[in-house]
Amino acid sequence: MSDASLDTNATPLSLTASEPLDAEFSDFFALLKPRVLPLEVFTAYIGLVAAPGGLHPLLAFAAILFIAVGGGASGALNMWWDADIDAVMKRTRKRPIPAGSITRDEAFGFGMTLAAFSVVMMALFTNFFAAALLAFTIFFYIVIYTMWLKRWTPQNIVIGGAAGAFPPMIGWAAVTGGVSLESVLMFALIFMWTPPHFWALALFTRTDYDVADVPMLTVTHGRRATRIHILVYTGLLAVLALALGLTSVGGPIYMAGAIVLNAHFLKGAVDIWRRDEKASEADNFAVEKAFFRASLFYLFAHFGLIGLEAALAPFGFGGW
Amino acid sequence: MALSRQHELHRRRFSRNLGLGLCLVVFVALMFGLTMVKVSTDEFTMPLEDRFDPQEAQ
Repeated sequence: MSDASLDTNATPLSLTASEPLDAEFSDFFALLKPRVLPLEVFTAYIGLVAAPGGLHPLLAFAAILFIAVGGGASGALNMWWDADIDAVMKRTRKRPIPAGSITRDEAFGFGMTLAAFSVVMMALFTNFFAAALLAFTIFFYIVIYTMWLKRWTPQNIVIGGAAGAFPPMIGWAAVTGGVSLESVLMFALIFMWTPPHFWALALFTRTDYDVADVPMLTVTHGRRATRIHILVYTGLLAVLALALGLTSVGGPIYMAGAIVLNAHFLKGAVDIWRRDEKASEADNFAVEKAFFRASLFYLFAHFGLIGLEAALAPFGFGGW
Repeated sequence: MALSRQHELHRRRFSRNLGLGLCLVVFVALMFGLTMVKVSTDEFTMPLEDRFDPQEAQ
């Protein structure tokens, strides 16, 4: 019988395992990697409020929104390209593409549309320089990091961190229409913070990057080398953090906070460097976990202090 | 089985349509607000020297 509607065994509305599910709104939202958006939004906001000059509050809100949309577009395009890796790693197996709720083509179309939308809107409502910086950020994350370097070099985290470091520069550019020492140092702070943050995570999580053929430092150069790298990058990070405090966005409050934060963070890096695997396994990587948690607070605190300096400036308290 | 039974498929599509609808409403409101800000700020007005002056034209 050819008419399926008369077939008692037929279930016309049922979906077979091979058919893609109709995506829910939440599936498309998950493509934007919403867990990393708060950091982008917060640092972009601080870059915007710390910049000299001003922007109408609605334009400022829109600028941050379009930076977030551009960041989300990067996430969607990253998932489009890395669908094969995501499907074999436990951590990413439930993402919309490997889970079968969104096809790769849909993710590509969604990501490209949002990327173009965010850049055009940024150009229309702030300035062309900020829009070009946003476009470059998306290009850098997708083409330079995701397509090229991620599967090629164990320094992937170092270079990929640059993409996450651009938001305060874009926020700054939205107000000033350019770059300055302050915005470059804010970029450098996130850029230098990213490697120790992720390498600490890599030390205590048994990720399956090797299964996916992604060269991570812990796998390619060993865990001892990773500990040394964390210490070196944390030292460079402290220098940059203190240098930022000497610019116009810094001030006594920032400097006092930065000295305490960096001393604490450096101590954590030294502790990680001095430990070996036996000691770490004995206390279930307590020091590495504490360092990772501290790294999250570290970045938010630094940008929070810059924001505080900017907020106090009109009352004669902030800045040097 | 009632013909009107809601399937999982319908629930998923409703979620997507509702989300998209809300995004569009927010987008329209944002465009309206941004346009109002743009047309009410100084940068939207032409510089004095570029304005047409009828007396100068005569």
